[in-house]
Amino acid sequence: MTAFLSVRDLSVRFATEDGVVRAVDGLSFDVERGRTLGIVGESGSGKSVTNLSVLGLHDPRTTEIEGRILLDGQDLTTAPESVLEKLRGNRMAMIFQDSLTALSPYYTVGRQIAEPFRKHTGASRREARLRAIEMLRKVGIPNPALRVDDYPHQFSGGMRQRAMIAMALVCDPELLIADEPTTALDVTVQAQILDLLKDLQQQTGSAIVLITHDLGVVAGTADDVLVMYAGRAVERGTAREVLRSPRHPYTWGLLGSMPRLTSPVDEPLTPIPGSPPSLLDPPPGCPFHPRCAYVDRVGGDRCRTERPEPPEGRGAACHLPDGAGRGRTR
Amino acid sequence: MGRYVIRRLLQMIPVFIGSTFLIFFMVYALGDPVAALFGDKAPDPATAARIRQELYLDAPLWKQYLHYMAQILTGNFGTAFNGQDVLELMADAFPVTLRLTIVAILFEIVIGITLGLLSGLRRGRSVDTSVLLATLVVVSIPTFVSGYVLQYLFGVKWAVVSPSVSPAAPFDQLLLPGAVLALTSLAYVTRLTRTSIAENSRADYLRTAVAKGLPRHRVVTRHLLRNSLIPVVTFIGTDIGALMGGAIVTERIFNIHGVGYQLYQGILRQNSPTVVGFVTVLVIVFLVANLIVDLLYAVLDPRIRYA
Ligand SMILES: Nc1ncnc2c1ncn2[C@@H]1O[C@H](COP(=O)(O)OP(=O)(O)O)[C@@H](O)[C@H]1O
Ligand code: SF4
Ligand SMILES: [Mg+2]
Repeated sequence: MTAFLSVRDLSVRFATEDGVVRAVDGLSFDVERGRTLGIVGESGSGKSVTNLSVLGLHDPRTTEIEGRILLDGQDLTTAPESVLEKLRGNRMAMIFQDSLTALSPYYTVGRQIAEPFRKHTGASRREARLRAIEMLRKVGIPNPALRVDDYPHQFSGGMRQRAMIAMALVCDPELLIADEPTTALDVTVQAQILDLLKDLQQQTGSAIVLITHDLGVVAGTADDVLVMYAGRAVERGTAREVLRSPRHPYTWGLLGSMPRLTSPVDEPLTPIPGSPPSLLDPPPGCPFHPRCAYVDRVGGDRCRTERPEPPEGRGAACHLPDGAGRGRTR
Repeated sequence: MGRYVIRRLLQMIPVFIGSTFLIFFMVYALGDPVAALFGDKAPDPATAARIRQELYLDAPLWKQYLHYMAQILTGNFGTAFNGQDVLELMADAFPVTLRLTIVAILFEIVIGITLGLLSGLRRGRSVDTSVLLATLVVVSIPTFVSGYVLQYLFGVKWAVVSPSVSPAAPFDQLLLPGAVLALTSLAYVTRLTRTSIAENSRADYLRTAVAKGLPRHRVVTRHLLRNSLIPVVTFIGTDIGALMGGAIVTERIFNIHGVGYQLYQGILRQNSPTVVGFVTVLVIVFLVANLIVDLLYAVLDPRIRYA
């Protein structure tokens, strides 16, 4: 029995002028209905590329996709465009990070919410408009019957993000992918939006993939966690497991650079030194080894030469023996 | 919006006065309209003096201008070299040129936008390269060359259309002249559409449209094309004024008795009332076309609000 969304050995490569970019390499994960998977990693680690592949939004002329993406058992990587069109916005939907650019400036918010609804249900203009008003009310926009005729630029950032959530949820999708939905928002609004997503999930039982570079967001929202680095999975597990007893040095670094409410305000955050490797020419062995402080703890030259196995289920892609990080738990 | 329109209309007044005064000054200061009336013959001094007085030619220039404008406001544009009322000339010429302009604009819209869309969607491929090359060629050939060549090919050699246009100038006879008139602008419309399509096709909201499950043709027409046409509509709108007044070469090649033809005759025969009268109306056409374009802009892009 496979999960509702099951990604197996996914690789995504882009042909660019500078060469082939290996944006995602051998990635596997699962998401069940009613559960939320948090995908975490620094900017550029391949989170967006992964999820754009699920919806089939890459330009096929420059993108090579390998592996399988199973939605309810159906492989999306081999599905024809006509099948994907029926799934997108209907059974699987996406919320993008920047609501200002992701919404069209030329149509009213109401029309943009109504558009997928009309397409997928064949509803009339009137019915779709009523549905748009209902969705705006659901996501907490005051005066929805009036605001439905506003243009995106007339909304505040938080309201635009709510409108985009309304647009994504208008057909009650079973899979919702939220790509950094709160990164552009201030902290209070961020918490409101995350609460809203949780509420809506309780009503509809949809599977949610929540992409973020902020482990704090994961801690409050996700059931399961996938940590990505340089296009690969470096650690997987339940949110509790990954946050309480992280096993990968990269996750340790991420946790170390997370601000804690209990720590004094002036305590400096400890970001991971160095920067992610080039995906044009990724380093051999473990992609994290140029930044890793534990290379010497692993016998011989393994970190530089031998690629650690990607985690299956709970685990980390690291040569360190299990338990090596026990002292690191928080 | 209403207030904006009124303000714009008020702003037109100084522009109108300035530009008409300028053309009035150039035409009247550069020639002797009385001598021009008599052609090669020397004018009879008594008659010349009478005409001078009628036309206020002895008064200072600004008085002449005021007199002329006052006349225009009462609908008297003066007489052309052949004794015909300039107003009558205009009533004949403007509809002809308007039809010619409509044909040209239709070419720009249908062919220009189609080519621009095709090459914009297939950037860097052979369609795109050939279209770009063709527009370069078209832009660099002067109208009188392309006009005569096309007239010879279609009108004489293959004889598919009549090489010259009858005085009534019906639409079907204006197809070829309209195409010639449109050529340069058509190339610009193509390039403008292409650039705009290419820019907008990277926009995030297009990805959103695909993510909603819209089929490709709907993404292209409803989202990509509609939004990419804003600068194109602006260009075409301002081009109406330019085409109306700029058809001199085309109208001469095809012997069309439109605005350009009459202006040319007026200049050739140094008939000031004709030149100033036609230019005055053209200035108005220009100003109104510009206002309409600005208003259209606000309709097409909701982010623009005029107050
Ligand atoms: N269309 C593309 N062509 C080439 N490279 C791309 C493309 N899209 C993304 N990339 C590269 O893939 C890597 C992963 O990007 P992304 O998935 O957006 O990261 P993030 O984890 O921040 O979402 C980045 O290095 C990015 O430059
Ligand atoms: S495999 Fe080696 S380099 Fe990679 S994270 Fe583990 S210890 Fe660090
Ligand atoms: Mg991203």
